[in-house]
Amino acid sequence: MQSHFDLFGLAPAYALETDALERSYREIQSKVHPDRFAHAGDAERRASLQWTTRVNEAYRTLKDPVQRAKHLLELHGVDVAFETNTAMPPEFLMQQMELREALENAKDPSALDELRKRLRQEKSFMERQIGDSIDHKKDYNAAAGLVRKLQFLDRLDEEIDAAYEEIE
Amino acid sequence: MALLQISEPGMSPEPHQARLAIGIDLGTTNSLVATVRSGVPVVLADANGRTLLPSIVRYVDSRKIEVGYAAQARQADDPKNTIVSVKRFMGRGVKDVAHLESAPYDFVDAPGMLQLRTAAGVKSPVEVSSEILRVLRERAELSLQGNISGAVITVPAYFDDAQRQATKDAGRIAGLNVLRLLNEPTAAAIAYGLENSSEGTYAVYDLGGGTFDISILKLSKGVFEVVATSGDSMLGGDDFDQRVFCWIAEKAKLAPLGARDMRLLQVKAREAKEYLTLHGEAAITAKLSSGEFVDVSLDTETFCSITQTLVHKTLGPVRKALRDAGLTADDVKGVVMVGGATRMPQVQRAVGEFFRRDPLNNLDPDKVVALGAAMQANVLAGNKPQGEDWLLLDVIPLSLGIETMGGLTEKIIPRNTTIPAGRAQEFTTFKDGQTGMSIHVVQGERELVSDCRSLARFELKGIPPMAAGAARIRVAFQVDADGLLSVSAKESTSGVEASITVKPSYGLADADVERMLRDSFDHAREDMHARALAEQRVDGQRLIEATRSALAVDEKLLNEEERAAIERAISSLQKLLTGTDHRKIKQAVEALNRATDEFAARRMDAGIKRALAGRKIGSL
Repeated sequence: MQSHFDLFGLAPAYALETDALERSYREIQSKVHPDRFAHAGDAERRASLQWTTRVNEAYRTLKDPVQRAKHLLELHGVDVAFETNTAMPPEFLMQQMELREALENAKDPSALDELRKRLRQEKSFMERQIGDSIDHKKDYNAAAGLVRKLQFLDRLDEEIDAAYEEIE
Repeated sequence: MALLQISEPGMSPEPHQARLAIGIDLGTTNSLVATVRSGVPVVLADANGRTLLPSIVRYVDSRKIEVGYAAQARQADDPKNTIVSVKRFMGRGVKDVAHLESAPYDFVDAPGMLQLRTAAGVKSPVEVSSEILRVLRERAELSLQGNISGAVITVPAYFDDAQRQATKDAGRIAGLNVLRLLNEPTAAAIAYGLENSSEGTYAVYDLGGGTFDISILKLSKGVFEVVATSGDSMLGGDDFDQRVFCWIAEKAKLAPLGARDMRLLQVKAREAKEYLTLHGEAAITAKLSSGEFVDVSLDTETFCSITQTLVHKTLGPVRKALRDAGLTADDVKGVVMVGGATRMPQVQRAVGEFFRRDPLNNLDPDKVVALGAAMQANVLAGNKPQGEDWLLLDVIPLSLGIETMGGLTEKIIPRNTTIPAGRAQEFTTFKDGQTGMSIHVVQGERELVSDCRSLARFELKGIPPMAAGAARIRVAFQVDADGLLSVSAKESTSGVEASITVKPSYGLADADVERMLRDSFDHAREDMHARALAEQRVDGQRLIEATRSALAVDEKLLNEEERAAIERAISSLQKLLTGTDHRKIKQAVEALNRATDEFAARRMDAGIKRALAGRKIGSL
């Protein structure tokens, strides 16, 4: 199967050429989007819907740091196994517990802002490590472990969103 | 001697003649229709020069219907048969509607969507809305002197699947070819962005009569990209009227009111609200049916204080949309105000304070949505040459998922996903030997299914008996460009496959829509057969044109035999077009569609290759 990178004419790498991705995404969309086929026959409308769906999914996957890594690792034959492999190093789990405690104690938007800032720093550090493991060291198993950690942090990010809503 | 050719009405003699396309803003309070005329978007007026059509329908008796100003004039005399703000009931059940007790209607609780008992019988909100759309269609036909080839109808961005489906059905029943459902804030962004050639991140704050939307968009040359949307489909100008109405009742110490008095005071409340936009104080006087007089005065300060919570309520979704977009208020370059309710000074003030900048009001908040819809309709009709058109990327407002064990929601497509979108997820059986699985499709953000909106239930039967957990059931979601969902499920182990596709239903089956369609034609005394024939001919002609122009460009993608097969399908359709059997034309249209399936897929592939090739050369 054609990879999401092939679809956009990009080299398969974790470090993303965001501008090039956006450019080819828009160029392809301008050819296949259903708005171009509103007056066409059923066959063309169906083909347009299928292609646009695929292009949107590929774009979303590549834009998302966890999903992009997962896709790349799959291309290298490594399964990230979010569901089955939940073992984490103790110090990472400790840090997670501490962050979650901080979330429970955050009762106002400014405390949440602070926590989010910390989490974002943590996430971008993790992303740099993933990029290094995949693009340079080519250590895909180590990368899979880091991706699982990053997904943990993503979940916490979602919980922060929920906490903001609760306060509002 | 050569005979002159005269084309059928609605069939263009040459393929590239502009098609008549309209944009419709189907509002809670008012509706409008617009079109692009000689490159300029214009709102179309009625015979009296009025552009707004009050979204009010009165069923006078079983034959006579009044829509708009005529219905508005009689609303206090005939409240039960005069339906206002019907948009609030679209795709909604009795339990979903707030202030039901103060709505003077005779509701009928039907599965999925409520209905209303009127002098013309029980009516669904879809039928009521279709009466409004029909009047607008007729206005456009009269004004443009021709058949309308297609229409874009706007919906609140925060409308869920049931509400969207209901709107599309209303369009069909009104005899419109619905090219697209377009989100209202996105339509406004198109009108605003093109008018001001704006670039950057913009917020559209759209407070209408009954709905509130906030959309965050990135505008760049030729692309309108919605990054996040949020809102409240049960919050609008009507709620401000309701607050004033309650205030009047309390202030004047009124006993519980009958339907007529209730409607009378609601109208007075609304007039007071509008008056307070430019004045400091509004006098409210009315004579009730008991002979009792109401005479109170509402000042701006009191009005602001009784509606403060409503204004505040809009800011929650604004924050949420910004968070989802990963942005802060400072990243927003401008806030476009849309909807009549944004005229209220306290709304302008609150939005200005939140974004720390003056909101943009340079387009008429009542018309901007219809104008944007007309511009989009013009593009969809193919009237703009490539290069001068634009690309619109919109999102779904609410997550879509299914119910799993324990009444929990499993999200399959998260909110703010760019549409069209599709995703599949695998599920398995819970018991040994389980041969059926019930699939419950829901929409919403909450973890518990009971807190989400139920869209559809269907069953997958014929799963081969296996141990628990061995079956692989793939549930696939597909959301189209209108934001409408279809779901299919398939069991794929052991080579046995079963599959079903459902359209989420809100209680109106396809048969109901057919019946309404028939009723509406009976009513208008139009000949259903003639209409179906005309529609099929237009469809057939359109498909032939589209296929011929595709062949002209990409003939090389086909071999001799394939090309001949398509030509044969074209000529047999062409022959039938002059006949009068609309069913046969329909079959021939379907046959031509099937014949071009593979060709369409190859053209799409070729288009993508060309796009990428162009990019690579460009970047070298």
